[in-house]
Amino acid sequence: MTYANAVSGVNGVDGEGARRLTVVTAGLSQPSSTRLLADRLTEAVRRHVAGDVEVRVVELRDLANDIAHNMLTGFPAPGLRDAVDAVTGADGLIAVTPVFSGSFSGLFKSFFDVIDKDALAGTPVLAAATGGTARHSLVLEHAMRPLFAYLRAIVVPTAVYAASEDWGATATRNGDRPGHGVDDGVDGTLAARIDRAGAELAALMNARPSRPVGGVGEAGATGAGDETDDDAVVPFAEQLAALTVRG
Amino acid sequence: MQFGIFTVGDVTTDPTNGRTPSEHERIKAMVTIAQKAEEVGLDVFATGEHHNPPFVPSSPTTMLGWIAARTDRIILSTSTTLITTNDPVKIAEDYAMLQHLADGRVDLMMGRGNTGPVYPWFGKDIRQGIPLAVENYALLHKLWREDVVDWAGKFRTPLQSFTATPRPLDGVPPFVWHGSIRSPEIAEQAAYYGDGFFHNNIFWPMEHTKKMVGLYRRRFAHYGHGTEEQAVVGLGGQVFMRRNSQDAVREFRPYFDNAPVYGHGPSLEDFTEQTPLTVGSPQEVIERTLTFRDAVGDYQRQLFLMDHAGLPLKTVLEQLDLLGEEVVPVLREEFAKGRPAEVPDAPTHASLVARRDAEAATDGNAMEVRA
Repeated sequence: MTYANAVSGVNGVDGEGARRLTVVTAGLSQPSSTRLLADRLTEAVRRHVAGDVEVRVVELRDLANDIAHNMLTGFPAPGLRDAVDAVTGADGLIAVTPVFSGSFSGLFKSFFDVIDKDALAGTPVLAAATGGTARHSLVLEHAMRPLFAYLRAIVVPTAVYAASEDWGATATRNGDRPGHGVDDGVDGTLAARIDRAGAELAALMNARPSRPVGGVGEAGATGAGDETDDDAVVPFAEQLAALTVRG
Repeated sequence: MQFGIFTVGDVTTDPTNGRTPSEHERIKAMVTIAQKAEEVGLDVFATGEHHNPPFVPSSPTTMLGWIAARTDRIILSTSTTLITTNDPVKIAEDYAMLQHLADGRVDLMMGRGNTGPVYPWFGKDIRQGIPLAVENYALLHKLWREDVVDWAGKFRTPLQSFTATPRPLDGVPPFVWHGSIRSPEIAEQAAYYGDGFFHNNIFWPMEHTKKMVGLYRRRFAHYGHGTEEQAVVGLGGQVFMRRNSQDAVREFRPYFDNAPVYGHGPSLEDFTEQTPLTVGSPQEVIERTLTFRDAVGDYQRQLFLMDHAGLPLKTVLEQLDLLGEEVVPVLREEFAKGRPAEVPDAPTHASLVARRDAEAATDGNAMEVRA
């Protein structure tokens, strides 16, 4: 599957302007529970964002080779560049990884390693992870939060961990509560945590100005703040003055 | 338009036979390659500067001085001269000396260097890479233009009543290119001084090169050195040729697959698609190189990387025959077509002397009018 095929449908593109939500999912199996969690989180964010949401899903599995090549060559192949642009140009980011060897997966980390370290500064992020048991849930606090702190992104307070057993627990409890949506679900269920995290990310996204749809990648932009924009250049006199060269 | 070659000076094992040349062999091969470049009609030979194995060219002016004594016509240049970790006073003196010995056949390309430990080895801080490039070049620029310099800066001991010797040949400093792949600050620096800007695009998609050159051109015009079209642009290139395209691919693939920098990464096919690397017939190299102009406009200097990744000397010399005899003559002809008259050639010592004299004459006339 190519990246283009991995990009999900665009929601509400009626010209009013929309907020961009990019979803990075590092699950390897197909179908994957990591993607499943990513989709539930996406729906939750969508419910809480005022106005339209333009959603792009980045499946890292499809980009695995390009990510490795970027590490060796120093530049992204076109498919990866498109994905990086979608991440760095987003108003909100959902990042979901499976837990491997007690941390985020190597593929997940590698993707963020090839993104410019300043490109996510100020971007709202919802961090989430999946694993076989609940024993690794602190991965969210001990690995995911420090990663996004380094990137100076804004991580919402609720991070969502889904162990295999949570999928059953969620279904059972929601099933037990006919007529009740997940919005007022029992605190502590996966559905309730997903909804709370989604609301937190949506609140940060709502605080950002909505933008015309489809702007990412236009005018040759390579992400947030193109380094070759004339506006991005510090005039040379200022560079010299900063050094107080005399004589 | 000028055509030439640039060398990194790497000592790399030939992956097809496991043989690694000695440093002595590599150094001698580099000067043989430079002489061959002149013989086949190329305009420029440029050497890198490195201070760590597996690279040999730590002392560019020594090597270029030797080549200058054995050549008559080719311009000797660098790719790059480390403006961050070298003392700008020593650069001013070394290259002025070389300029005299080579009768003006010298220019330089400034670069920051990307090997982390070189900075501390030379007493510098890599985090200050851009400020070092800015301050050191400001001093170098002054040392070549003012006989007596008083100067104080952030990174070097101050100078009082200092004169760099020898003075530049005919009072005209060597032309300077600024090389950078990613840093808009360096494009801005080149534009500010009206110097050349060289984008070593060999490992990068052309789209990125186009943006960096575009920025340099706009800022060059902004600083009043001429129109955007008159800015002085150089590009890198990387080719491997055989008369038959399939032979070129078959022969180069093991060198590509094991090359420093991109080896063991993307396929040869992907890399040739995504970067300017061209592996094929001379005609394919001609066609690909001509597309560079579509991306960056009419430009002044095209340098090719021909001798890296463990390619044997014999093969490199064969490549230079093809480049000089079959590729460059056609490129000269084709690049000349449709090139506007106001687009300048790359400056040479002779053209810089002529420009200086013309400006002096204009100033003199103005003085007479005022008188």
